[in-house]
Amino acid sequence: MNQRVSKLRTQSLETQPTITLERAELVTQAYEKYEGRVSTPMLRALAFQHIMEQKTICINDGELIVGERGGAPKETPTYPELCCHSLEDLEVIHARDTINFDVSDTARDIQSETMIPFWQERSIRSQLFPQMTREWLDCYAAGIFTEFMEQRAPGHTVGDKKIFTVGFLEFKERIAQRLAEIPEDEDPVHSAQREQLQAMAICADAIITFGQRHAEKAEAMAAAEQDPQRRQELAAIATVCRRVPGHAPRNFWEALQAYWFVHLGVITELNTWDAFNPGRLDQHLEPFYSRGLAEGSLTRDSAKELLQCFWVKFNNQPAPPKVGVTLKESGTYTDFANINVGGLKVDGSDGVNDVSYLLLEVIDEMALTQPSSNVQLSKRNPEAFLRKAADVIRKGRGQPSLFNADAVVAELLRQGKTIEDARCGGNSGCVETGAFGKEAYILTGYFNLVKVLEITLHNGLDPQTGKQLGPQTGAAVEFASFEQLLEAFQAQLHHFIGIKMEGNDRIERLYAEQMPSPFLSIIVDDCIAKAKDYNAGGARYNTSYIQGVGIGTITDSLSSLRRHVFEEKTFTMAQLLQALDDDFTGHDKTQQWVMNRTPKYGNDDDAADQLMVTVFNMFLNAVDGRPNQKGGTYRINMLPTTCHVYFGSVIGATPDGRRAGRPLSEGISPVQGADRHGPTAVINSAAKMDHIKTGGTLLNQKFTPKLAEGEVGLTNMAALVRAYFRLDGHHIQFNVVSAAELRRAQERPDEFRDLIVRVAGYSDYFSHLSRALQDEIIERTEHQSMS
Amino acid sequence: MQGTIFNIQRYSIHDGPGIRTAVFFKGCPLSCWWCHNPEGLDTKPQPMIWPQRCMFCGDCVQACPRQAVIVNEDGPTINLRRCRACGRCAEVCPTQAIEMVGRRLTVAELMLEVEKDRVFYDQSGGGVTFTGGEPLAQPQFLQACLRAAKEAGLHTVVDTSGYAAAHHLTELMNDVDLFLYDLKHMDASEHRRLTGVDNALILDNLRMVVDAGRAVRARFPLIPDFNDGDNIHHLGAFLRNIGIRYVHVLPYHGMAVDKYARLGKEARQPDSQAPPEERIQQAITVLQSYGLEVVRGG
Repeated sequence: MNQRVSKLRTQSLETQPTITLERAELVTQAYEKYEGRVSTPMLRALAFQHIMEQKTICINDGELIVGERGGAPKETPTYPELCCHSLEDLEVIHARDTINFDVSDTARDIQSETMIPFWQERSIRSQLFPQMTREWLDCYAAGIFTEFMEQRAPGHTVGDKKIFTVGFLEFKERIAQRLAEIPEDEDPVHSAQREQLQAMAICADAIITFGQRHAEKAEAMAAAEQDPQRRQELAAIATVCRRVPGHAPRNFWEALQAYWFVHLGVITELNTWDAFNPGRLDQHLEPFYSRGLAEGSLTRDSAKELLQCFWVKFNNQPAPPKVGVTLKESGTYTDFANINVGGLKVDGSDGVNDVSYLLLEVIDEMALTQPSSNVQLSKRNPEAFLRKAADVIRKGRGQPSLFNADAVVAELLRQGKTIEDARCGGNSGCVETGAFGKEAYILTGYFNLVKVLEITLHNGLDPQTGKQLGPQTGAAVEFASFEQLLEAFQAQLHHFIGIKMEGNDRIERLYAEQMPSPFLSIIVDDCIAKAKDYNAGGARYNTSYIQGVGIGTITDSLSSLRRHVFEEKTFTMAQLLQALDDDFTGHDKTQQWVMNRTPKYGNDDDAADQLMVTVFNMFLNAVDGRPNQKGGTYRINMLPTTCHVYFGSVIGATPDGRRAGRPLSEGISPVQGADRHGPTAVINSAAKMDHIKTGGTLLNQKFTPKLAEGEVGLTNMAALVRAYFRLDGHHIQFNVVSAAELRRAQERPDEFRDLIVRVAGYSDYFSHLSRALQDEIIERTEHQSMS
Repeated sequence: MQGTIFNIQRYSIHDGPGIRTAVFFKGCPLSCWWCHNPEGLDTKPQPMIWPQRCMFCGDCVQACPRQAVIVNEDGPTINLRRCRACGRCAEVCPTQAIEMVGRRLTVAELMLEVEKDRVFYDQSGGGVTFTGGEPLAQPQFLQACLRAAKEAGLHTVVDTSGYAAAHHLTELMNDVDLFLYDLKHMDASEHRRLTGVDNALILDNLRMVVDAGRAVRARFPLIPDFNDGDNIHHLGAFLRNIGIRYVHVLPYHGMAVDKYARLGKEARQPDSQAPPEERIQQAITVLQSYGLEVVRGG
């Protein structure tokens, strides 16, 4: 890393995130001016245009890739049309221990004088809850599921090659051609299509203007610059920004800048989940890279410097502030832009190229939490590529994560994608599979599998809230067999999935009607062809996901019930339920017995693992293949972000010995400390799930630094990954850190401010995690350090 | 046929090539004072105590038919003179503060465990390693295990002290893809002092295995002040003479001390420390001077 990059990186790391209300004010001005006079897509487009024409342009000292979402690095806008923060919210955001943002007095004044009066009653958040049924609200309050769209917009999508090969002037032509095909009649369908396409055209102009404004700023700065080298750089930045994003990029620098403008466009238009990401960056950049080297206009070092400047830009954009349950399910600054490296080409051949290796070096040297990064590993990819990735991973920062590119293709094919679209797909967010540039794959919310078991054991009643949330499926003490218990669980599961989906349908309609995203629609196929918005089903593929959480905890809990109540009859159901109700207080022996004498998931023991498969299949069957509102389909995936901590906090003690309020297992990983037979046993257990039928699973594998040491450690870690992928595993990530080190970091946070750990599908600074999450990660790591 | 095993360790990556499952045979004719697997010394199953897990319920005391168990503020203690290792105390213990070390397994039962990680062996060039204790102390069982492993197409490693009747070795060595062969001291009387047995048989067996063309890697536990110094020169010369190319140097570590206490044994640990880095390097350099490929660890 050279001095320039080092300086930019340090600046990014040391800047405290702040809130800016500039975007909020601009959006409000646009709504005041246009609302009621134009259609909703036009209103959104004009608001976007107003922001792009008026927002502060920022070019930071020394940087080569330019553009910030706010007025400066880590200045983070709000989206009052989605979530209008109360003054109390702002104070919480400002004052909380972790994931805080400085909120100035001016910002508070603007919020109270302008934003709250204008948006309070009409933000999506304030409309959404009143539209939900009583039972949905009760389930939401009880923590049976979360709702992703209550304060952030659907996004969950990824760019593809066209961002690197097509300029927005050409997109505008495509839009115009499509517009010309639509009859100028009174048919409301046609008029909606026209409005949508015209809105997209405005957005195309707006992003071009945004680029031009950066060129103007760079030119002005160049004129005033004393340092001749910087003057030259500013002139070069101006040239790049005159070119892109209006025209297709011609070289490596323009390619990165073109993408960055698009990225800023997407995350400014709406507060989309998972930000956005460039997809298969190595493949998109390779033509520019090799041409640059051949022409002599680029060197490996200059390419790396540009990439590192590009990396800093991601780190400058924290996820906009979250509040309430949404903060609990995703308590991080990370916004999940996830760079894909490797994998397959569209023709199915090996996609690894020189840029892939360059990217791995950038990931290693930058050691940032943003962007996230992953390796798409196909059986076609060379071993050297995997080894290089594993060498970065074993440094312990949890990046890049590893995905099975061949399984990802199989998942997409099963969902009905073409083979070409599948091969150009990959993963985003934490572990979610998507057809890049062509799919809206919306995560709708986490689903608390363990809570459903708790309710099943109480005949539909939630013992925490005291409400009858589910149907009466029988008192647990009356179950004559374990199978009866499973049947009751399945009935409850279907009941709650039904409530979740019915709510989703309303929310999808709300976004389709009120929050179209015409800018994002330009770059996602086939929104232009269908003349339909991204949020209304314009994408080629439209998938809605429900994410199952706690598979390890529920498996061990069911295994405990079967073993101790039904098979060995060590306790009666009533005795065990009493122990749970008492949170095992006064039932120490019972707790120890179920903890130590239960076949547990993660040990390659079919006695437990087959129960995991049973629950997985029940969840799959309840969700998979059901239609959503956008002409697409519901699917499942298995990931938690930080939701396993929240979900655990709303559940009493569980039959596996877990005490009330403690976190659930995360992803498809075993319960913290339950796996006692090492990584191969964990992998074999996890592989018994049919990963191909999901849109992503998340396996975190703890690994002591010693186990990863030396040539032997590296080679066998690589073999472990290949073996998991031979078994069709979807994703694996290693937490290469000792429990002792984490405990030291907990005691002396100041000395460990730069310690990055893998959480669940993303990495974060250990010091940014809540105490509960820190403890949970230590517990995950713990027992391994004993052997 | 059954054998007595005290551990099956998966993802074992320092006991032969690739990812392996290490099968620990219980019982060893040697008694090296530095042994880091003391639960592998006795041939019979035995209780092992984890006092910090104890919840003081006293169920073990009730369960023992011979009144051999008491529980005090330090957790359970077992009077080993009374104990017949029936395992009742461990069966009733809710916290696994008492565990039985060692279980009887058939070859088929063992192979079922070993086969579970086949995909990892295939991927990494790994397989199964028989270690201990001393696997050759259960020669018929070891032979049957090796035969079953070879029939299943698995790569086999035997980790041995070499202290076994020559004919047992001869009978099974064709099913061994690699021997890891411990050489603790080259001097007969020192060897006897350190391990309780003579090394003549060990060295003869090693020559025989090498002469038979079997692949062998030597393992040398480096115990500072006990087997370094001149012994390393003797070791190097010997290995070069009989034609062994690889030697693994395993520096002593004191990490097994509390295992002795858990077994109710006195740790016979003299005041020896893990060797300092320069002494390890010195040993490696000496061995290299005999033309050997030296691997640290494993």
